[in-house]
Amino acid sequence: MEITTTRAMANITYREALNQALAEEMDRDETVFLMGEEVAEYDGAYKVSKGLLDRFGDRRVVDTPISELGFAGLGVGAAMVGLRPVIEFMTFNFSLLALDQVINSAAKMYYMSGGQISVPIVFRGPTGAALQLSAQHSQACASWYVHAPGVKVVTPATPADAKGLLKAAIRDKDPVAVMEGELLYNVKGEVPDPEDGDFVIPLGLADLKREGEDVSIITHGPTVHIALMAAQKLEKEGIEAEVVDLRSIRPLDVDTILASVRKTNRAVMLEEGWPFAGVGSQVVSIIQDEAFDDLDAPVVRVTQADVPMPYAKNLEQLAKPSADRVVDACNRVLYRS
Amino acid sequence: MHSFLRDMLLYRRFEEAAEEAYAIGKIGGFCHLHIGQEAVALGMIGPLRQEDYVLTAYRDHTQALAKGVEAGPVMAELFGRAGGSALGKGGSMHIFGADVGFMGGHGIVGSQIPLATGIGWAIRYRGGDEVCVCFLGDAAVNQGAFWESLNMAAVWKLPVIYVVENNEYGMGTAFRRVSALPVVERAGGTGVPAHAVDGQDVLASWRLMERLVADVRSGAGPQYVDARTYRFKGHSMSDPVSGTYRSKEEVEGRKREDDPITRLRDRLLDAELLTKKELEAMDGEAREVVNEAVRFAGESPPPSPEELYSHAYAEINEHGRLFLDGRDR
Ligand SMILES: Cc1ncc(C[n+]2csc(CCOP(=O)(O)OP(=O)(O)O)c2C)c(N)n1
Repeated sequence: MEITTTRAMANITYREALNQALAEEMDRDETVFLMGEEVAEYDGAYKVSKGLLDRFGDRRVVDTPISELGFAGLGVGAAMVGLRPVIEFMTFNFSLLALDQVINSAAKMYYMSGGQISVPIVFRGPTGAALQLSAQHSQACASWYVHAPGVKVVTPATPADAKGLLKAAIRDKDPVAVMEGELLYNVKGEVPDPEDGDFVIPLGLADLKREGEDVSIITHGPTVHIALMAAQKLEKEGIEAEVVDLRSIRPLDVDTILASVRKTNRAVMLEEGWPFAGVGSQVVSIIQDEAFDDLDAPVVRVTQADVPMPYAKNLEQLAKPSADRVVDACNRVLYRS
Repeated sequence: MHSFLRDMLLYRRFEEAAEEAYAIGKIGGFCHLHIGQEAVALGMIGPLRQEDYVLTAYRDHTQALAKGVEAGPVMAELFGRAGGSALGKGGSMHIFGADVGFMGGHGIVGSQIPLATGIGWAIRYRGGDEVCVCFLGDAAVNQGAFWESLNMAAVWKLPVIYVVENNEYGMGTAFRRVSALPVVERAGGTGVPAHAVDGQDVLASWRLMERLVADVRSGAGPQYVDARTYRFKGHSMSDPVSGTYRSKEEVEGRKREDDPITRLRDRLLDAELLTKKELEAMDGEAREVVNEAVRFAGESPPPSPEELYSHAYAEINEHGRLFLDGRDR
């Protein structure tokens, strides 16, 4: 993708990038509003909506009661008649209370109305584990959302992706979950300067975060950074790993996945979530279906341990996917150990 | 008043035709009839304008007709045909008519309540004076979505009227067995004004609604209605009229005393505002409309196989795959 090459860049945080995306889209389109717990007067639990209340007023930046099912459904209803709500979940963990409205209402409305009623809504907020928040606050929620046709899901790993994908999500005609990494909000990165024009990343385009010939690490969201760390370690051992950042899980850039696998002939699927029926199981299924003859080894998956997230620091570290485990997995598919 | 009778006769004949079509396998899946509750649909929807909105649960045929969806497409939807109001993809529980403000029947008990609240939000956001009417069953007031919605509607003064079709039962569970308070009191704690009405009396329902709609249009905020009614049929086609949860005597008694159509008819006949002949003609017209709907549905083809994937997404993105089942399409 050449979108970023000719532009002036600003080095900003993931949080600021999301904030810019929201402000720009609210500026551009009067039907866009932001709603959720603490988004207005408190500036957002993670400060993503900082300053938006002052700028857009309490008609468009709205604090809600703690009623996830209620305000998610309210957003869906508003979208049914043409508004473009952005519903912030303080974290996606709490969106489980709202899943009925996401899956049973938002995802199915267009289909079951025979194309009469579309639902252009964004559900966004942090997902996944931060540090020692234990079982109920540390879930990677992507696979719940991608399971349902009718929903789209993106998981940006960098500030530029966060900005470009959130803007595309707001403009999309369908429900899109924008899942932000809870530990990524302070991560800095280059983002095209707003002065330099509209920066939108279309849904459905994976991104090669690193090129390499020897093994493909396919991943998305916060674990992109773990993959890059693993790739650095492997480089010291003379292995060039390619890091494929899916960015968008539905639509899924199958072409990029297959091209990478055809180049390296070996793949490791890395994700933050649980293994059972996870995003990775779908990706591996597609690879074996469409690139079986290009594989020199079975694909290996690295996921969080198949248990609720423990609190104790040492156990938590063991439960999460780590760069070392990714290195081990790469060595396995390279038959190096 | 003649038109009230004509409309309610149409609803009744429509549901009877659906019952018949179900019995011979023309209609599949779940099918929930509204027989006995016609006056609620008419009384609560009649006073609305076309640009006002209505949402309801899965017992949705007569509300759709009352809001102006044509009988033919509703019947074709029940038949699962291409000419259906949702192209055969929704079925009995999901009748839609967006062009006339009928925003759907919804199958998860209580799920339409937040949706209606959101439509009310959108009306207020745009500064319009439309009203959104949300029908729900008595069982739905025990869902969290109900209380969450009424609270938010009250906080933001949204133009939504929540109408409980209080037919006393949720499937086979009597409301009184599972609710701490009567329906009319269940908005308590949200500050939304509550009104009770005899839902078998179409005039009383209409009059109450006329007043509430006017109030809500001029900014009074949300309202809550306990419309007392009764269903004369089983919960759905798979449920007998009476059975383990209510007696035959109870149902027969209510049918005798509380049929909204008989009540209006007798009132008009007694006051000599209607002759038997006019009544027959009216019923004949209703039957003709329904026969025509059945004919339309029967002649409409099933959806073509290409329709399997259409309308899953409103926007097919240029990049990536949206469908991951590996099938050709
Ligand atoms: C969330 C949910 N739980 C259970 C059901 C199964 N169910 C369908 S209808 C129904 C009874 C609802 O009764 P009520 O809301 O009073 O409406 P009525 O059928 O009387 O019109 C139940 C339990 C459902 N559809 N959704």
